[in-house]
Amino acid sequence: MTEPVLSIRNLTVEIPTRRGLFKPVQNVSYDIHPGEIRGVVGESGAGKSMTGNAVIGLLDDPARVASGEIWLKGRRIDNLSTEEKRAIRGSEIGMIFQDPLTSLNPLFTIGEQLVETIQLHLKVSAAEAKERALALLDRVSIPDPKTRFDQYPHQFSGGMRQRVVIALALCSEPSVIVADEPTTALDVSIQAQVLDLIKELASETQVGVILVTHDMGVIADTTEQVTVMYSGEVVENGPTDKVLSAPEHEYTKSLISAVPRPQVKLHRFPQVSYGGRETTFKIQDLARNWHKPEPSKSGKLVEVKGITKTFLEKSALLPSRRTYFTAVDNVSFDIKDGEVFGLVGESGSGKSTVARMIGTLLPVDAGQIQFDGDDVTAMSAADMANYRKQIQMIFQDPFSSLNPRMKVESIVAEPLIHHKLLPPDQISGRVHELLDRVGLTRAAAAKYPHEFSGGQRQRISIARALATQPRFLICDEPTSALDVSIQAQILNILKDLQEHLGLTMLFISHDLPVVRQMCDRVGVMKQGQLIEVQDTEALFANPEQDYTAQLLDLMPRLAQLSG
Amino acid sequence: MTDQPISAPKEPQSVTPSRLRRALDSDFYYAFRHSPVAMVSAAVSILLILSAVFAPLIATTNPFDPTTLNLMNGFTPPMTPNAFTGETFLMGTDDQGRDVFSTILYGMRISLFVGFAAVLFAVVLGIFLGLLAGYFGGWTDSVIMRAADVQLTFPSILVAMLIFGIAKGITPVEHRDQMAIWVLILAIGLSDWVQFARVVRGATLVEKNKDYVSAARLIGRRPSAIMIRHILPNILSPVLVIATISLALAIIAEATLSFLGVGAPPTQPSLGTLIRIGQGYLFSGEWWILFFPACTLLALALSVNMLGDWLRDVLNPRLK
Repeated sequence: MTEPVLSIRNLTVEIPTRRGLFKPVQNVSYDIHPGEIRGVVGESGAGKSMTGNAVIGLLDDPARVASGEIWLKGRRIDNLSTEEKRAIRGSEIGMIFQDPLTSLNPLFTIGEQLVETIQLHLKVSAAEAKERALALLDRVSIPDPKTRFDQYPHQFSGGMRQRVVIALALCSEPSVIVADEPTTALDVSIQAQVLDLIKELASETQVGVILVTHDMGVIADTTEQVTVMYSGEVVENGPTDKVLSAPEHEYTKSLISAVPRPQVKLHRFPQVSYGGRETTFKIQDLARNWHKPEPSKSGKLVEVKGITKTFLEKSALLPSRRTYFTAVDNVSFDIKDGEVFGLVGESGSGKSTVARMIGTLLPVDAGQIQFDGDDVTAMSAADMANYRKQIQMIFQDPFSSLNPRMKVESIVAEPLIHHKLLPPDQISGRVHELLDRVGLTRAAAAKYPHEFSGGQRQRISIARALATQPRFLICDEPTSALDVSIQAQILNILKDLQEHLGLTMLFISHDLPVVRQMCDRVGVMKQGQLIEVQDTEALFANPEQDYTAQLLDLMPRLAQLSG
Repeated sequence: MTDQPISAPKEPQSVTPSRLRRALDSDFYYAFRHSPVAMVSAAVSILLILSAVFAPLIATTNPFDPTTLNLMNGFTPPMTPNAFTGETFLMGTDDQGRDVFSTILYGMRISLFVGFAAVLFAVVLGIFLGLLAGYFGGWTDSVIMRAADVQLTFPSILVAMLIFGIAKGITPVEHRDQMAIWVLILAIGLSDWVQFARVVRGATLVEKNKDYVSAARLIGRRPSAIMIRHILPNILSPVLVIATISLALAIIAEATLSFLGVGAPPTQPSLGTLIRIGQGYLFSGEWWILFFPACTLLALALSVNMLGDWLRDVLNPRLK
């Protein structure tokens, strides 16, 4: 075994707060060898980014390294002065951050930024620096580097920008690169390219990479060694294959068990709970107080016929000068009674726009949406009120979907009060029942949303959506903002509800393994068009379109995981 | 299937502490206790406001009750016994023998009343128009915000004087003195709504795209209900901050107008009126008639303004 290029020994980071010392990182140790990619994985708040920041000396005030050592190529770097740390950062340690948009200066061309960085670290002439910059752009597979050299960051796509950031990190020929969630802001297809690039670079230039991520798929695909962190501590450390296939620690087991399987459809998400923050509860008798939805007249509850939505892209006084962007282009599909219909696609493919049009949050430009035979786009006010009672929506971001100034009780009660579904004296009882149903206690009713975690908020959202006893539920990326173990809980709740209440669902996601677990039929969207609709199993087995095949191909391989 | 356990996060069994206990434990109070500037300016503001409210109890005389005035007491310097009556006044007396300390207390009442009422008027108008502009957008937004832009091209004191002049012109002569205070409030309030409307519009644009608003729309709530019940409570904190700073500015605006002679009438003098009166005696040696009202105005405006600045830093740390 070669000497490690970077080793972290018993690192503890502390943040003094008015309620005492808070230690987001405790006693963390790991090594990175040349050419090795070490994944650091854990849920939000596990301290994985904080460790990375400590290594590059970029801890935000008032956080500080309390104890422990960081060695870079045999030199201790955690106790250096700010000045010395800055010299090391960028020259010896490169950085890649999550958002490529903010890590490049929009006012300078890509070339200027590269040349400046190169000249800062290496003593070379301007011409030589430019030559190196062009070589680097070529190295990170930017097509036509000569033209691109003089362009500004806004002329690059997200994936290209992240390549440029990688090129910047390579400028000084560092021995270690800290990549903090480098692909989280990118679509799957671009994510795969960027990860491949990082892998190639590691093996060719022998740079050691710390890859911080929450995504088990990325870990499985990219890394050789993995460190699993849980609430500031390292719980498991070892070769990726071994940790994923035969995890030793209970937390690692629970984390891996919660990752949705792309290969097989399971009845529910397996869960191993860990860490004392979970408790068990029994699902209430869901059918009580619930009118079984009546079957629709045609057997198809929702029929979408050729809907189109265009947005104004550039405003102008003269109509002929205005330009429009077609977000949803002539999309048609139908959803049968009691079915879970999935819509997948990359960001910007128009899936959320479809959901919002069905939810009457956006007007439809052309086409029809029929709900149980009635045209939603041309309804009288009374019919519309009735329609709204029968549909509900669960949103992506649990932090913005609940009014922060309203108590949970008022939030869940709002649909009941608005539609006058219950006499006032029964509302509180129904709210408690709904909260029970989604696994929250009655005490939750008197609290404000900020007192709850993301997963708990999403449960409140579900309780609100169930208040009117809807026939149709629209879920717009309901779990993409959640940690993987919480995601499994929420998806299980949705599955149970769907099964016991006979709900019909539109389930929107970019996460194919999740879609496979949840949906009966799936539609694939690409640039505003619905290019393929198939039964889930058929779609995963034999995709008709090349694009679908490509998407399926990019699903992270978790072959090591036992089903 | 039904009874298979699935796990849910446990909720901490917390006993809800009393409202006061929670307020004392809040980060807001903690920040307050650790900012000397905030504590001093809050103390000064509260002291001044309380002494204005309880002026009839604190003031030694009622300066506007002619029966209590003694012309012989005129021009008595502070803390010096009067040559004829032997009476002593904390801050001296003016030309008509009125106790300056008492006139300041009563003057502050007018100043603060006009300030509070004008800001309240501006806040209500600004929130109303800002919510409309932000929520509906389109031509509603264009009309309201262009009106705001036009108004911003004139200095607000000029706008206030214009409104004051027009309003005075249409009120009957015999009601002018009584109406003056209300006209003043209208003038300052109308000249001040723009900044509230702008902030509210901006915040509304952010809030209206959040999913909790979508959820309310999905339920079918009317725009008025969404604006009042959902959006308004979430945009109040920046409004509160500007309102505090605005209060200081409104007090100064009122003083400016009164100093120029277009504000509070001499029968109901505000701090500005007192400064105008005192100004005439500055060079004849009776400095106290100007000095004490001016200091009071300074202390009032400064403490309220600094409190507002601190509030802004605490409620919006990113602006620091």
